[in-house]
Amino acid sequence: MSFDIVITGVGGQGTVLAARVLAAAAMAAGLPVRTSEIIGMAQREGVVMSQVRFGDPLWGALIPDRKADLLLGFEPAEAVRGLPKLKPAGVAVVNTTPVIPVTAALGLSAYDPQACLAYLREKVPRLYLLEASRLAAEAGHPRAVNSVLLGAAAALDLLPFSAGSLLDCLLAAVPEKYREVNRRAFEAGKMAVG
Amino acid sequence: MPKHLLLGNEAIAWGLVEGGLQVAAAYPGTPSSEVFGTLARLAPTKGFYAEWSVNEKVALEVAAGAAYAGARAAVSMKQVGLNVAADPLMALAYIGVKGGLVLVVADDPGPHSSQTEQDTRLFARFAGLPVLDPATPQEAKEMAKAAFALSEVLGLPVILRPTTRVAHVGQDVGIDETVVSPPFTGKFAKDPRWVIFPSLAAKRHVWLNRQQEAAQKLLAATPFNVFREAESELGILASGVSATYAEEALFELGLKVNLFKIGTPYPLPIEPVLSFLKRLKRLLILEELEPVVEDQVIRLAWQHRLPVEIAGKHDHLVPREGEFNVDLVRKIIAFFAGVADQLPPEMVLPPLPARPPVLCAGCPHRASFYALKKAAEGTDAVFTGDIGCYTLGNAPPLSMVDTCLCMGAGINIAAGLFRVGPARKQVAFLGDSTFFHAGLPGLVNAVYNRAAITIVVLDNRTTAMTGYQPHPGTGRNAAGKPAPVIEIAALARACGVEFVRVVDPYDLAEAVRVAREALAFPGPAVVVMRRECVALAQPKKPCRVDREKCLECNLCIEELGCPALAPGPQITPACTGCGLCAAVCPAGAISGGELS
Repeated sequence: MSFDIVITGVGGQGTVLAARVLAAAAMAAGLPVRTSEIIGMAQREGVVMSQVRFGDPLWGALIPDRKADLLLGFEPAEAVRGLPKLKPAGVAVVNTTPVIPVTAALGLSAYDPQACLAYLREKVPRLYLLEASRLAAEAGHPRAVNSVLLGAAAALDLLPFSAGSLLDCLLAAVPEKYREVNRRAFEAGKMAVG
Repeated sequence: MPKHLLLGNEAIAWGLVEGGLQVAAAYPGTPSSEVFGTLARLAPTKGFYAEWSVNEKVALEVAAGAAYAGARAAVSMKQVGLNVAADPLMALAYIGVKGGLVLVVADDPGPHSSQTEQDTRLFARFAGLPVLDPATPQEAKEMAKAAFALSEVLGLPVILRPTTRVAHVGQDVGIDETVVSPPFTGKFAKDPRWVIFPSLAAKRHVWLNRQQEAAQKLLAATPFNVFREAESELGILASGVSATYAEEALFELGLKVNLFKIGTPYPLPIEPVLSFLKRLKRLLILEELEPVVEDQVIRLAWQHRLPVEIAGKHDHLVPREGEFNVDLVRKIIAFFAGVADQLPPEMVLPPLPARPPVLCAGCPHRASFYALKKAAEGTDAVFTGDIGCYTLGNAPPLSMVDTCLCMGAGINIAAGLFRVGPARKQVAFLGDSTFFHAGLPGLVNAVYNRAAITIVVLDNRTTAMTGYQPHPGTGRNAAGKPAPVIEIAALARACGVEFVRVVDPYDLAEAVRVAREALAFPGPAVVVMRRECVALAQPKKPCRVDREKCLECNLCIEELGCPALAPGPQITPACTGCGLCAAVCPAGAISGGELS
């Protein structure tokens, strides 16, 4: 049995950390893992996609189209951009707070976040929308969106490891001074879908 | 061995250490940078020497010197870095090495972060050097470890070529954390073999060509070429990461065909490939980029009069550009095998905003570009760029990068444009690390040949794009220890530049004044825009918009294109408080930032 997760967002939102935490939790559960990231220029506020695969069988790190079991969308437009990776019956956990790209602020490109959310509602049978940016800020840091989304994913009874194990891996991956903020953000994510 | 989640690049670093690495040198470049980043971290405890060199040529020559003496040495770079190191590499193939020398050269099919998609396997064939093409981080680690012995047996440098989807792929990889490098106890032995006169080159060329046969046999005996038999007249030969896509696609299609994974694409192991070809009626060759394996297989099939049909790049079934994935490989295999494939219909997505990468909120380069833009207002100045984060200054609204070619080219392109447009202002931008890498010869050339251009060094005190590595201007070495500081302004003066100024781009008014002076100066002028990269700086309080005073003119957004400025204008949590928007606001409505 293998499990594929696609994580989409904007460079700087913490998708890479989320991917590593999920992979660490899978490893702790004794599963082989693959992750894939694009590091470099795209990290500067560009489109980013991380991929995490674990279980058996396992080959390369790239998830084929319509094969991902779970999509973590850090941003509405990027969740839509990543949707072709998700299985028709897959689960999506999406932050409803948009990140307005400079192209849209300058009027060079149109962005309608509500249209993106409506599209997700139409296409994804198991969709969890949450205000992860607000929850992260309330937990103590606006950058803890990744912890909110991980908490939400952990509460859905999908992953082959416990929420407690995922939280342990998250806390091990962040500097000590940010642990409490991330713990609160993770719990807020759990509550938001629970 | 305990397993750790390692990127391919980290796994390679561990493989080198387990292989007995003694000297490591590198210049960063995506997707290679984490190889040496990991080595720099491990060096103090594992007992080998590690340095960030100023460029790839220097790194390879440092490693070659160590290998001449008999030490095990490694360098890492991205594929275009190998172009910079090509001069020593081509001659080193003739001269050979005593200690094992491994070049880790990361390719970037796509490309994701590069100016070309060049295939290092082809470069290896050109140079006459063996090349290893890993499929996974685990295999990359094993190859790195084995490469030293291969290099020593052949007396040749060996190239390990991960692609982005190995270098930046994470896997659970077993590592021996207790391993330490053996101390080097040898000594360089003087010998005419180290001095490449033409007469020696003529002899060594014959030797190098003969070594291709030895390398082929040696690589055939490695565990990196794996044959998986099936009851079929069809076969697939796949190099590196393509083999993983082929396996998954075959599984998805429910197809059984013979599969040969190639980990040593040059020189191709002849005997195993020949016996593979003999079982087949039709063969598909899957390899990203150039037909390196394919050309060798076609030659073998012709030489041995084998009637096998070969599908690949030459019949345009397999693309020669871009990177592969399971979906693409699945389509190719289904067509090759003549089977119908049921793929789900493509999704039609709603309109999505373009989201190209941009300079970070608070990036000092934005202020530097803006200062030059204001200073050159009303002129038709040309702004040449270079390789680094600041290439992103090309995007509107700044639109301040008119050319970008390769490391260090900006100064010389500006000098060339000056020759055919002396009345026009030519401004060359380059970063501090790029200045040390390949900018210095261009600066000397501009002074020597009296090119009246303005050179702006965007000195953010780090090599930002590739992950904040130190360089000779930073006062830190690879180990994070204090190092001599080489001042760019002092170098420029020593080169004979008469106009040299250092200015903080966050001090916008002063930066514009200095930029105007530089543009007016009748000779090469150097402005060092010095301000630490915002990703390394202590965050400051975000700016604030006073709604009473704001004219809603949107000038801040339209002039700067800062990702922390949303329509309104509103300042988002991404703001780092650089204060540049406050400096451009005509109504004094924005406050905060360092300068207020």
